[in-house]
Amino acid sequence: MRTYHDFTIGEVIDLSTCEVTRDEVIAFASEFDPQPFHLDDDAGAASMLGGLAASGWHTCAMLMRLLVDELLKESTCQGSPGIDSLRWLHPVYPGDRLSASGEVLDKHILNKRPDIGLVTFRFTVRNQSDRPVAEMVNPILFGKEARQ
Amino acid sequence: MNYFEDVPTGHQIALGTYTFSQDEIIAFAQKYDPQSFHLDPVAAQDSLLGGLCASGWHTVAIWMKLMVAYMKTETLKARQEGRSMAALGPSPGFRDLKWIKPVFAGDDITYRSVLIDKHESRSRPEWGLLDHKNTGVNQAGDEVLTFIGSVFVQRRPKMPQEMNADDQ
Repeated sequence: MRTYHDFTIGEVIDLSTCEVTRDEVIAFASEFDPQPFHLDDDAGAASMLGGLAASGWHTCAMLMRLLVDELLKESTCQGSPGIDSLRWLHPVYPGDRLSASGEVLDKHILNKRPDIGLVTFRFTVRNQSDRPVAEMVNPILFGKEARQ
Repeated sequence: MNYFEDVPTGHQIALGTYTFSQDEIIAFAQKYDPQSFHLDPVAAQDSLLGGLCASGWHTVAIWMKLMVAYMKTETLKARQEGRSMAALGPSPGFRDLKWIKPVFAGDDITYRSVLIDKHESRSRPEWGLLDHKNTGVNQAGDEVLTFIGSVFVQRRPKMPQEMNADDQ
């Protein structure tokens, strides 16, 4: 069980990889972001994205899933107050293989809750060509101690 | 969407209200954010969040859903009135996303968007960038989320005589 104390500033945590499938790209977009360039090959090709591409929010959701599976599930995570910044740097296409990692930028104990600390990460998502597709700075809350 | 030139800073739009059902909260979390406080009503009571609540990513995905629906309605209206509309491009990102309060099962969240800044794109002269501040407010009137988004919007196409004037 990873707690606040187990994070070191400068440490880089590998968050493994996931495949982007065409079905999921279209399913996510149909439900949450039904813009033509996320749904249709021709509309994607005609757009700035250059081809049918995943909703940026879908990329965030895929990163979140990796983050939960690889780090948060076995931790004292207590949620997150938000995202300082997020950049979608390159389109994510069906068939891409994404890999994610997180660097610990900063950490401190909350003044109002001395039993909880805030750890700030920079997460980077890269595609199979090692090209960064998204980068975000995200503070996450962790309990200082594992619960009994 | 109106052309980049035609949207004034300060312009606010109402995107509507969305009710977050427990089933939808759990379905989203199972797929993308399987943490106990988004999945299990009992475990959630014990967490800092205080009860089963939506993944923060779910709350912004719904913002996107309502924004796309709004744009579709506006485009349809413009077509009926014979006005030409700007294409909406992708977004380079967002900043200052704050999940201020949990969104609990059964909450009604009302979303708004206000245009706060606009700038021309240096690399893409036919596009401009709009910065918009978005908020979600629950049924008690409390802000639950805010963020500043950014999106590419097409610029008004130049008329042939304007092009000539620019060339001189």
